[in-house]
Amino acid sequence: MKTDIILGGVGGQGILSISAIIGTAAVEKGLYVKQAEVHGMSQRGGDVMSNLRLSSEIIYSDLIPKGQVDIIIGVEPMEALRHKAMLNPEGWLVTNSTPFINITNYPELEDVYAEVRKIKNHILIDADAIAKQVGSVRASNVVMLGAAAPFLNIPEDAFFTAIQRIFGSKGEDVVQLNIDAFKAGFAEAQKVIESK
Amino acid sequence: MQKLVLLGDEAIAQGAIDAGLTAIYAYPGTPSTEITEYAIRSKEARNGQITAQWTANEKTALEAAIGVSYAGKRAMACMKHVGLNVAADPFMNSAITGVNGGLVIVSADDPSMHSSQNEQDSRFFGKFAQMPVLEPVNQQEAYDMMAYAFDLSERLNIPVLMRITTRLAHSRAGVQCVSEKRQQNSFGLPKDSRQFVLLPSIARRNYKMLLNNWPLIEQESEISGFNEYIDGTDKSLGIIATGIAFNYLMENFENRVIPFPVVRISQYPEPTEMIRKLYDSVDKILILEEGYPMIEDRLKGTLNTGKTIHGRLDGTISRDGELNPTIIAKALNKHIPETLPPSDVVVSRPPALCAGCPHIDSYNALNEALAEAGQGHVLADIGCYTLGALEPFMAVNSCVDMGASITMAKGAADAGLHPAVAVIGDSTFTHSGMTGLLDAIIHQTPITVVILDNGTTGMTGGQPSEATGRLEDICLGLGVEKDHIHVLNPIKKYHDENVAIIKKEFDYQGVSVIIPRRECIVTLNARLRHIKAQKAKS
Repeated sequence: MKTDIILGGVGGQGILSISAIIGTAAVEKGLYVKQAEVHGMSQRGGDVMSNLRLSSEIIYSDLIPKGQVDIIIGVEPMEALRHKAMLNPEGWLVTNSTPFINITNYPELEDVYAEVRKIKNHILIDADAIAKQVGSVRASNVVMLGAAAPFLNIPEDAFFTAIQRIFGSKGEDVVQLNIDAFKAGFAEAQKVIESK
Repeated sequence: MQKLVLLGDEAIAQGAIDAGLTAIYAYPGTPSTEITEYAIRSKEARNGQITAQWTANEKTALEAAIGVSYAGKRAMACMKHVGLNVAADPFMNSAITGVNGGLVIVSADDPSMHSSQNEQDSRFFGKFAQMPVLEPVNQQEAYDMMAYAFDLSERLNIPVLMRITTRLAHSRAGVQCVSEKRQQNSFGLPKDSRQFVLLPSIARRNYKMLLNNWPLIEQESEISGFNEYIDGTDKSLGIIATGIAFNYLMENFENRVIPFPVVRISQYPEPTEMIRKLYDSVDKILILEEGYPMIEDRLKGTLNTGKTIHGRLDGTISRDGELNPTIIAKALNKHIPETLPPSDVVVSRPPALCAGCPHIDSYNALNEALAEAGQGHVLADIGCYTLGALEPFMAVNSCVDMGASITMAKGAADAGLHPAVAVIGDSTFTHSGMTGLLDAIIHQTPITVVILDNGTTGMTGGQPSEATGRLEDICLGLGVEKDHIHVLNPIKKYHDENVAIIKKEFDYQGVSVIIPRRECIVTLNARLRHIKAQKAKS
């Protein structure tokens, strides 16, 4: 078993948190993990990405070869598209539809969505709206994690254990919020998959 | 035996702690920062069993580490690659003094310049100082190497340079730690009381000892196990892969079996015998190095009359930038599958100052004060505020090295620039700005120094700044006139007032210091969140 994931977003949107949840869940299930992150200057409002590799075999490279990415998880739609050339044409692009606009030349949103829809396997959901319904827009990154979970080959319970471990120190409310966010994202993705 | 998921940086810190480390010193710098952050957070540091500290700069960090070694204990200094330039003086000379307690210097290189102003390769520094260099292939090896590095340092009486690059520094993987960590060395001064006295007569003796030691250091590279000759059946090509380049090579072969003979190098000086064996048994050679083509250049020599050698020098691989599995696939003439074309709608999203950042107000005031003078008057420095070079500010005209704002402003003023403005952060000022300011004061150079005081080392994630609470005293002590030191509050409300003060100081024919002071918005928000969480708990 081998799953190669790219997470894309803007510095401060929480991709390192969901990367850590997936990594922790994978280690919980005895998988090898490699997770390359971006620290430093780009974290200041620039585009950030994480290469996350899970495998039952030893993983050598911290970076995923071009065209071999199984899943792109975008917490922002243009940032998901930024890594499109890395995607295996049979892979999935799962992204939030809510843009993060901190530049003056952000493209027309409909053009961005049209590009997402060109990808054979895609899920485009409004994670911010879903997160708000669940309790806080700040959990939109974990909504996206839930939406990507059907493709990650890791059982649900391992994610809940990981969320508990990572958010436990912030209190039970935060843990529950993130579990709810995960479930809501998962359910939304199921709807898309079933409609296919 | 416990398995932890660690960044490469964290694996180095944990490996050092488990190897009997007594003290670690550093100045933060991407991608090396997380080594010392991890050590500071460790229970050993919190219990006072080890010393883990941020220092004024990389030079003071390394000198403190040499002092620990002098006292017989194991020490470490960590820095980014350009930090090693700052520490170059103690670095070069520590090879001549040798060590008492084991001494390891970690330099984290940043090929592709993700967060740096150059991509220099620290392995050259190792060769220059005639020190062994270790370059771990992965997080586990980074952990394992620390104990070996300290042992090697003590056994061969020499500091050891550990060189890593961004990808390893900032990538996590499972690391198996030892169950029992090593005891710290007991305190003990050097047997030879003159070992660390580099007077010419003693330095000449010590240097000869270093030269005599070199064959042993070379021998160590052949037998340590970190370098490996992996035989292959297809002798049409031989491959040399250094550090993490080996991972990208492995990634390109199904079942992780490479048909060609390979020399994997993670310890320098490079293992001559292994390389000779490879060279003699294959038709041509491909060299994969994360960094400059160091081994490739040496193997080719000036005349390049031997076998064909492919690598960065002949264009097989780009001369600059970090490697990845796809670059190596191309170098191996492997078929690269068609992928989806990139989307035209995607535009670049450069980093920017955070909403609410005090530097925004400072630059708005500075730009207005300079409106009449026009472009080209601001020499800046290294930190978040370097982003003032980009839209919408376009406010600064240089970023060269830590501290260069003040000294370049001085030089430009000497050459006729007026007003000559230096923009420097509080932490960068205590790192390398103070001495340059003294130069300007001594010579009464008309410069306006803006010290952006956000109370932290912001770019690297908010480490404490040694300048906090003492900037005015430092400037006064160095000799800046009291009437020409102004502390501003960089908020919109005081914009006009701030512009007027800055403009007035342009007219002063000496050194002025202007200190816009407001807490970094990132550390402020983190502090407020922490307070809120504490309240919620109680």
